[in-house]
Amino acid sequence: MGWLMEDARRWWALTSMIVLLAAGWTWFSRVPVSVAGAGQIPSPREGFPAPDFTLDTLDGATATLSAFRGQVVIVNLWASWCGPCRAEMPAIQELYVANRQRGLAVLAVNGTFQDSQTDARAFAQKYGLTFPILLDRDGAVSRRYLLRALPSTFFVDRRGIIRSVAVGGPMREAVLQTQVESLLQKPP
Amino acid sequence: MFPILQIGLLAIQVPGLALLIGVWLGLSLTEKESARLQMDAEAVYRLAFVGLISGLIGARLAYAARYLSSYVADPLGLFSLNAATLAPGEGMLIGLAAAVIYGARHKLRLRTTLDALAPAFAVMAVAVALAHLSSGDAFGAAARLPWSIYLWDEYRHPSQVYELIAALGVLGVWWRQRGRSPFGGFSSLLVVALSAAARVFLEAFRGDSLVIAGGWRAAQVGGIAVLAVCLGLMNRWNQEVTP
Repeated sequence: MGWLMEDARRWWALTSMIVLLAAGWTWFSRVPVSVAGAGQIPSPREGFPAPDFTLDTLDGATATLSAFRGQVVIVNLWASWCGPCRAEMPAIQELYVANRQRGLAVLAVNGTFQDSQTDARAFAQKYGLTFPILLDRDGAVSRRYLLRALPSTFFVDRRGIIRSVAVGGPMREAVLQTQVESLLQKPP
Repeated sequence: MFPILQIGLLAIQVPGLALLIGVWLGLSLTEKESARLQMDAEAVYRLAFVGLISGLIGARLAYAARYLSSYVADPLGLFSLNAATLAPGEGMLIGLAAAVIYGARHKLRLRTTLDALAPAFAVMAVAVALAHLSSGDAFGAAARLPWSIYLWDEYRHPSQVYELIAALGVLGVWWRQRGRSPFGGFSSLLVVALSAAARVFLEAFRGDSLVIAGGWRAAQVGGIAVLAVCLGLMNRWNQEVTP
């Protein structure tokens, strides 16, 4: 090192060589334009397409995540016995009412495999929830979304890409609002 | 991947824990290095601390400023423990500005201070790699290799392991050369230059790169710029002490 630094010309030659090598490697390893941003597999991670699912709802219909493409979707995994879920659900309802005309949808996936449909219904009535309550009876969606803590919330953009994940809660109203606002502002 | 450490009813987020340990260890090493460099160790420790805290608060306030009406309606949201509601770029600038102001007010010598902070930077790089390893973030590109790991429904480069090995290597180089710096500021430039070089090389194996025009990876382009600046500064600062 000392030998190299003794002579400024030697050092500049080394610097140029290193920078050229780095630039060459960067060029060699660039992402082909045809591949960039495409071909990602669905996964419950930020930047990935949200894994699709179809579940029965509390009112006897079915709901499919991909059917909401073009809208901003909050996928909230919850249970009636979970304290933080109780704490944040009124804020989600308020947010939904304020923004559904702008293209916000909420899919509240109840972990029915570790809850009960009766309790889920009572919960929805108590808090006056007007968005679809989905019943994950066998836990398949919870597993697909790698559920680690309740509640878990996934913010999905209009193209079906997960843009933010919140594990645990309760989330403050301001946090919910800002996460949704940034997605709603982006054009479809 | 090991994102949560469950101890009874307590669920500890391992990535956050790794970063906290990194900050603690980095600050401790900085304090020792400051003493070795005959600096006011407490002042350098405080500078790092002021930079970190100002950066964190600045990142949250900058984020809140973007969505002012939401935070005016719910001011307690400012205290939410949610990393998604931080503005990292603005936070870094504010933290850096606070550290510079603190350093100027306490008349800390720039190059020696940077050298004292070099181990903190190297240790934080190790901590970030460990955080990535535990959370599965900064994941690798899909690849079928004997050492590939199965992550997020795909066999991938173990990019977090590569990152960890590189960060440990940089820390090792710093450890071996400390006390043998040819000029003030050399240690910090060396640590930053090696880290930038590692990023340029390893980014090629990432599956989540931010891609800019022409398919170039932003982190590699930024890494080359940092590397060039460090090598240029090394030459310039060396010339200043060479007769």
